[in-house]
Amino acid sequence: MQRRSREPCYNFKPDRGPSMRRVKDVIQSRLSRRSLLAGTAAAAILAASSSIAPTFADEVNTTGLAVTDDTVTVGILHSVTGTMAISETGSVQAEKLAIEQINAMGGVLGRKIEYTQEDGASDWPTFAEKAKKLLVNDKVAAVFGCWTSASRKAVLPVFEQYNGMLYYPTFYEGLEQSPNVIYTGQEATQQIIAGIDWVAKEKGAKSFYLLGSDYIWPRTSNKIARKHIEKLGHKVVGEEYYPLGHTQFNSVINKIKLKKPDVIYAIVVGGSNVAFYKQLKAAGIDMTKEKPLLLTISVTEDEIRGIGGENIEGAYAAMKYFQSLDNENNMEFVKSFKEMWGDDIVIGDVTQAAYLGPWLWKAAVEKAGSFDIDKVRLASPGIELTTAPEGYVRVHENHHLWSKTRIGLAKPDGQYELVYETAELMEPDPFPEGYQ
Amino acid sequence: MFADYTWTELGSIFAMQGFAGLILFSVFVLMALGLAIIFGQMGVINMAHGEFMILGAYVTYLCSNFFEAYLPALFGIYFFFAMALAFLAAGTLGALVEWSLIRHLYKRPLDTLLATWGLSLILQQAYRSIFGAREVGVTLPNWLLGSVPLTDIIEIPINGIFVMVLTFVIAIAVYFILFRSRMGMQTRAVVQNRVMAGAVGINTEKVDRNTFALGCGIAGIAGSAFTMIGSTGPTAGQLYIVDTFLIVVFGGAASLVGTIASSFAISQAQSTMEFFLSGSMAKVLTLLTVVGILMLRPQGLFSLKIRR
Repeated sequence: MQRRSREPCYNFKPDRGPSMRRVKDVIQSRLSRRSLLAGTAAAAILAASSSIAPTFADEVNTTGLAVTDDTVTVGILHSVTGTMAISETGSVQAEKLAIEQINAMGGVLGRKIEYTQEDGASDWPTFAEKAKKLLVNDKVAAVFGCWTSASRKAVLPVFEQYNGMLYYPTFYEGLEQSPNVIYTGQEATQQIIAGIDWVAKEKGAKSFYLLGSDYIWPRTSNKIARKHIEKLGHKVVGEEYYPLGHTQFNSVINKIKLKKPDVIYAIVVGGSNVAFYKQLKAAGIDMTKEKPLLLTISVTEDEIRGIGGENIEGAYAAMKYFQSLDNENNMEFVKSFKEMWGDDIVIGDVTQAAYLGPWLWKAAVEKAGSFDIDKVRLASPGIELTTAPEGYVRVHENHHLWSKTRIGLAKPDGQYELVYETAELMEPDPFPEGYQ
Repeated sequence: MFADYTWTELGSIFAMQGFAGLILFSVFVLMALGLAIIFGQMGVINMAHGEFMILGAYVTYLCSNFFEAYLPALFGIYFFFAMALAFLAAGTLGALVEWSLIRHLYKRPLDTLLATWGLSLILQQAYRSIFGAREVGVTLPNWLLGSVPLTDIIEIPINGIFVMVLTFVIAIAVYFILFRSRMGMQTRAVVQNRVMAGAVGINTEKVDRNTFALGCGIAGIAGSAFTMIGSTGPTAGQLYIVDTFLIVVFGGAASLVGTIASSFAISQAQSTMEFFLSGSMAKVLTLLTVVGILMLRPQGLFSLKIRR
């Protein structure tokens, strides 16, 4: 996979691209100076008299984004090939659904949304290249994309350098806050602290066994979990990491049996998940008996499809959204999602978060009255969505979302049953004090 | 670190751990046998081995759906049909690949690495296009789920026993095919001296095709069995390929006994270390040990002594 990164990228046409851009920039700077001086009428005359200038919707777009009088172009940047395609497909589907619905309602500032989709191919340098292509060549007004933290970290410098706007859907480890990213998934403290409080209070859990795949998200999350468990005066009896793609968990299952924790706190991801839950069940750990109880923050309905509902029955998951949520927004969302993508589809936490991206962007653009990235950024904090499938969400000053955390119980049919939700919205806190 | 536990607990855990090691051993043998035949006997570096396994897994998935929908009465035993079909499907694809691709590369064994790697990418994308990018869930008959409790702590997973028995049966079958049958004798003759084997009237092309198909077929069975313990997705084959090559190279390329011995050594080392260290450290130490031993003994644990 790494191999690809060394190949030159042929997507850019270095001979033509920059010079074209320069012409455009000149015209634009002239336009904006004129419009400042003489108002928009003069600019319109100038635009009409200049034969090479496209129709600029200049009053809502002063920085040369791909916005015309009827359309606005955004980017979708996910992996549709490679290992991550399994997870990212749902996000792509959700974003397309949101865009289609927004268009059906008349678009954003009267403009129809068009999208340019690029494939990150599960390869982080490719993500960075494609992000640059979307921002520099396509001049998209916003990008909905990325899934793993590694891909987000790879595109972050590109978004900051070229001043783009990324809507990132995945729950993640926190410790980041960029002016160029809106994080529509939960950061670690929102997901973890509420979950641990719940098992400690409701289930009387006192000892925890932390388990995860070996990379940044599970490690950081478990660090926060450990701090919080110790703060509550409870005990961590074991902490283990396994390489991504690990398929043999019998040894750790034996260790768990020996330590007899009250809670297995599992952050295993990808294909390993399937092996872990199948082997847990085969080793005679019946999660429905809750001895030990299993609490995960990494298994959504999407993952259960591969694991098999009967293998994970009785486990608890702490996240902000479950497909089974009983509210009108969600019923409507699930119905339209199935209409667009087929009846046998399932919707997980990240898919729902991805669906929020285009809506949050639309709300911010309309509040700002402009597609300009800087104005959208200023308008973003405080944006509310009352139509979100998960319920009400609001954008925090730190670009994360206020959202409720919920606990679901895994059923054999592959769905979660809601057993608890926080009474208040959880405040996002990407840099938790004392937890780092 | 054991102070907190009673002797009974410790005894049970070591029994469990020994059993976990044995399951890992069977899994390793099962995934490596097919590759040992292809790499060991033919010298073809088959990077698409994992994808042949996943073909077996998908065949099992299709079978489980078919039986669930049309023959629910026989669902309890569908797994045996699935394994037979997986063997046939992977074997047929193997024969096809040998005919269209591999046979042109026998004189350039290193190029088989590139060609089969390309093949593995093609197969992955094909699975993705046909079955979708997401993992599929294979429904297992009830008797394969769960475990047999012996004491409070010792519980023997049924699918573990199943894999062990299956591995044993297949290893015996491979032994008979290679060392007690006419086809095996011809295969070994071709391996030892291709020109001479041709001169005494052995159809070396046919032998090559059958050997390659056999190796792929066994990979198919392995993939079918692994639906019980692992995931079934377009790229799941990649999870196995490194371990598989490690075992075959460590055991000595041309020796089936070597493959079994190295599976045993690596599985026991890994499961013991996983118990005392963390999973990632255990993997690192296992790899370091293997690299160290291979530096001292580049031909692997066992090697055939033949005159060149």
